[in-house]
Amino acid sequence: MKILKLRKEKLDLFASIVQQFGEVHAPVEQDGRYVFRRLTRWSEARLDYDRTILPPKKYFLPPRETLFRYRPGTGFEPCTDGLNQRIILFGVHACDVYALNILDRVFAGRYQDPYYQARRRNVAIIGIDCTPDKHCFCRSMRADFVDHGFDLFFYDTGDYYQVLVGTALGDDMVLATGRIFEAVDAADIEDYKRRSANQRQAFQLEVEIRDLPEIFEMEYQSDLWRELGEKCLSCGSCSMVCPTCYCFDVADDVELGSRAGRRMRSWDSCLFANHALVGSGENFRGPRASRIKFRFYHKQRGFVAEYGRPSCVGCGRCISACPVNIDVVQVIDRLRRVQDVVSR
Amino acid sequence: MLLADETVSYRPVPRDNPYQPHMARIVRAYKMVEGTHLFVLRLLDDRLANTFQHRPGQFIMLSVPGAGEMPISISSSPTRSGVLELCVRRVGRVTNALYQLHTNDVVGVRGPYGNGYPIDEMKHNDVLLAAGGLGMAPLRSLLWYALDHRDQFDNITLMYGAKRPEDMLFREELLDLVDRADINCLLTVDADPAGTWKNHVGLLPALFDHARIEPLRAYAAVCGPPVVYKFILRKLLELGFPKNRILMSLERRMKCGIGKCGHCSIGYKYTCLEGPIFTYWDAINLPEMI
Repeated sequence: MKILKLRKEKLDLFASIVQQFGEVHAPVEQDGRYVFRRLTRWSEARLDYDRTILPPKKYFLPPRETLFRYRPGTGFEPCTDGLNQRIILFGVHACDVYALNILDRVFAGRYQDPYYQARRRNVAIIGIDCTPDKHCFCRSMRADFVDHGFDLFFYDTGDYYQVLVGTALGDDMVLATGRIFEAVDAADIEDYKRRSANQRQAFQLEVEIRDLPEIFEMEYQSDLWRELGEKCLSCGSCSMVCPTCYCFDVADDVELGSRAGRRMRSWDSCLFANHALVGSGENFRGPRASRIKFRFYHKQRGFVAEYGRPSCVGCGRCISACPVNIDVVQVIDRLRRVQDVVSR
Repeated sequence: MLLADETVSYRPVPRDNPYQPHMARIVRAYKMVEGTHLFVLRLLDDRLANTFQHRPGQFIMLSVPGAGEMPISISSSPTRSGVLELCVRRVGRVTNALYQLHTNDVVGVRGPYGNGYPIDEMKHNDVLLAAGGLGMAPLRSLLWYALDHRDQFDNITLMYGAKRPEDMLFREELLDLVDRADINCLLTVDADPAGTWKNHVGLLPALFDHARIEPLRAYAAVCGPPVVYKFILRKLLELGFPKNRILMSLERRMKCGIGKCGHCSIGYKYTCLEGPIFTYWDAINLPEMI
């Protein structure tokens, strides 16, 4: 992989040149928190942000989108509005890039999702490293580092950013700036390693994911699920803010006064009461306890069976979003804890 | 991640959009039993209509424009192609809208989806089909596939139970099978108030007394409401059926049919991709399956 460095003062210059490749979106402060949004000027960008309220998935799987327009004569016409829009997402953290790589696997396979795929092709990713805070456990989820899924990735090594060039487009961005990027030397590599070691020390949370699927199987009947079911409000916030939750609902909207309309897709959550409800009235996950258990089970156990790793990336958003303080790290700790069992 | 010169030729949503419903005409629609109609569809595009291939046990996503989309199992056999027969009970929003439509009205179809029955494994074995109530809908596809390829299967037994004779799906067609020598067709009703029923009266599991089954060289395909699964499964296990020779067809909420929307997930399997046909072994290993 091509590795370069950029003097920190030159970042603004780089940002001004990169605009020619698309509309620049970056984390911006909003009421004390951060959101990915189109920049009106570069100085709005807050590359030192902790986490955005919504992850970058909103650019690829929008909260609500039109899949088809239909009218009685012509049937269903695919809606391609906005799919060709060129966007540059500037300042994506490693866990969020990792999450996109996970979504890539869901929306590919035998049945490719053309809406997701089109956006993934048209939205460029410029990653940036970060310092973990009290909710971050991406290192435990092996998502604190990404080797693909970005066009460029910036590592802060002091006076410089060290830059990984991930794609041909990333390389074009570098070339468009003329000569502001420099080659790395042996001292830069040592700087990177120092940064890497420091970052490792900074984690305050840790979970062990080895054999977690087995422990989930063994604790399937645990009282913990009943307790969480009593606490959970089924608000679905954790699903909305999760960078890898991809469940969606599909419904038809009819235009008033005609038989034409749109087929809409919108975000859904397995915590909602009707998620597993079928037409006959049978609900396969009726009780709240069963729904919240399913969410954890699918992230940490089900996804491992399907795709070889948990779908959780340890971004900490669900921990900070939950109104009743349900904390995935505590849930896993509780399941792993050895209890004194009397009867043997 | 697209270079400038690519944009010109790039089609964002290709022709093979997996969410694209293909329009189909309602050729015939008629009441089979109270609240359950049979809809016969033909895809408008002749090429699609003639090349549509499914395996018994698979399903389609049926669109009623304006009302939405839902999964429906295919009741017709792939050996009788050209049209799709769907047995639909009127229970929800989409089915209610479907019931408002008439012959020659147009609906959307995409699929077929799901694994279907493991036909290759089942060949040269006995086949036992056991259904209760609406459970006959997906099994009918397998039934006619086996009868149309009669030389590929050994003994074929059908056990079907309904509440009353007038609640029996495909009744006339199945009554015709009772006299055939190449299938043991056992039909039962819980009650026959009118006294006109000439077949069995009693509960479904009682039909096992009239069937000769060798569990180690047979496959059992079971479909029905939970009570049917409960009693039929118990009986099959008593007879010594291996758990991977008991095949169940499951129903789940689905919004895509292609493993994306998350609704039909059971434990770690998607009903739409790895089902809807699951073995009993899958069922006891997947939480909350039945």
